[in-house]
Amino acid sequence: MNAPIPLAELTASTMNWERGTSRIPFAVYNDPALHKLELQRFFYEKHWCYVGLEAEIPKPGDYKRSSIGERSVLLVRALDGIIHVVENACAHRGVAFCRERFGNREAFICPYHQWNYALDGRLRGVPMRHGVKRDGVVQGGMPADFNLADHGLTRLKVAVRGGVVFASFDHQVESFEDFVGPDVLRYFDRLFDGRQLTILGYNRQRIPGNWKLMQENIKDPYHPGLLHTWFVTFGLWRADNRAQMVMDAHHRHAAMISTRGNAGAVSEVSRVSSFKQTMNLHDPRFLDIVPEPWWNGPTAVMTTLFPSVILQQQVNSVSTRQIIPDGHGHFDFIWTHFGFEDDTAEMTQRRLRQANLFGPAGFVSADDGEVIEFSQESFEAKPAHRTLAELGGRDVENTEHMVTETLIRGMYRYWREVMAR
Amino acid sequence: MSAALRFEDWYALTQLYADYASVVDAGNWEQWPEFFTEDCVYRVQPRENHERGFPLATLSFESKGMLKDRAYGIRETLFHDPYYQRHVVGVPRLLRVADGCIEVEANYAVFRTKLSQLTTVYNVGRSLDVVVRTPAGLKFARREFIYDSEMIPNSMIYPL
Repeated sequence: MNAPIPLAELTASTMNWERGTSRIPFAVYNDPALHKLELQRFFYEKHWCYVGLEAEIPKPGDYKRSSIGERSVLLVRALDGIIHVVENACAHRGVAFCRERFGNREAFICPYHQWNYALDGRLRGVPMRHGVKRDGVVQGGMPADFNLADHGLTRLKVAVRGGVVFASFDHQVESFEDFVGPDVLRYFDRLFDGRQLTILGYNRQRIPGNWKLMQENIKDPYHPGLLHTWFVTFGLWRADNRAQMVMDAHHRHAAMISTRGNAGAVSEVSRVSSFKQTMNLHDPRFLDIVPEPWWNGPTAVMTTLFPSVILQQQVNSVSTRQIIPDGHGHFDFIWTHFGFEDDTAEMTQRRLRQANLFGPAGFVSADDGEVIEFSQESFEAKPAHRTLAELGGRDVENTEHMVTETLIRGMYRYWREVMAR
Repeated sequence: MSAALRFEDWYALTQLYADYASVVDAGNWEQWPEFFTEDCVYRVQPRENHERGFPLATLSFESKGMLKDRAYGIRETLFHDPYYQRHVVGVPRLLRVADGCIEVEANYAVFRTKLSQLTTVYNVGRSLDVVVRTPAGLKFARREFIYDSEMIPNSMIYPL
């Protein structure tokens, strides 16, 4: 599993980085060999990846087909209630045997040769293991030293916190809590505070851009008040709001924390074409915002856990957004909207209404996918060039404002450390 | 089909479907809300959510006002690649005719064409609709597009 992958000629260390990580080579987004190395280093070793929510598999035997990087995995609740994550690849011929997205079973059976696995991935039996008797003579069968215990499904290490399930192919990985680090874990725990989650549903989009661009999009507090009219006009996210940018010690994860204010107000941040002072909604229920006790102040906290997931709180709308790469130039982006067990019917409806701002058709989020696609077009066309991320300087530091691209610089500092190893 | 429809009503119904497709394919967003009643429901929902009983929809509007807000958003607030869309809608299948209400199901396919690019199949599914008689003719009280398409190709800007 950990065999080194030969590096492409263009590697993280030979790439032309200027001024720390404030200028990011286009090549990091469009080199297939580099992409394979990223999968290994970020998705398959030393990292925890998001696979789903406990509430998606409430009953014993429930399973969900999920992904880590480009590998298919199954999130399963065994008959004793314990959650397991196993790779969806038969130990015999590699068949990704589970085809349904959700279901309930007592065992996994690969259809090809009916190898039979317990829900925790242990191999229970294989047909014709001891051969087949004909005319009193046993024909064939597995070798005498064939041991079921050696041929289970690949079992992943599992961490469950606040109802969210993470897994790692790397059993040496640090604890989930150490992986996230205390500064970002605070915001994880704020959202997932132990209340039972209720699933509201899914949105799935395929974005033609490199997967890291979505991490960068949610580490970029510069764009929301510019690209997104609704954010600046209704004060949901604008550069003169109170805000904090917080990273873990490795700068790989981050939380962007902001408190709503200045709706409709004119200031230097509203001197942009996206600000519409006279814009009024025909139906204001889209923004029927009711503060919740667990917010403890901030109206929006966007958390990026590198490499696999974004955790969204934007006023009353909460979701997880899973990043599943598919080659260097595409990724799938899976939104799981949820609520909490103590939500009233009105609150559920409010979360669903505000979901119109987010997702592949969202008043706010739809154009994030669009700009990612257009960035990728340029990267492919001009690999020797680089992007610029110098708002707020060239250093990597937490800030008490959002007029900065420090989180992107931080992410690439970490990326270089890991990729150049 | 649980009840017969007079020929005039059948004609008006098929005309409604044809006119609707024509307006959204022409990008005539100001005209689009006029196909609906004031307290209409308009939803575009993944088949997965529909069949599993999850309420989330990709677009979920509960009034003509919300449709007007979407029309404004397309024109003024959403940055996006321009594209054409083209609906091919099957013959409406009557599910129920009663109390001035016609419940209808119709298969649809929407093709997307971006500038300088090949045409692709964008979104495929069926609509579940409630059509009502009003003084201004037949209107949609409810339009739900339940789509089979597993992945939205990047984004959905225009209403189906």
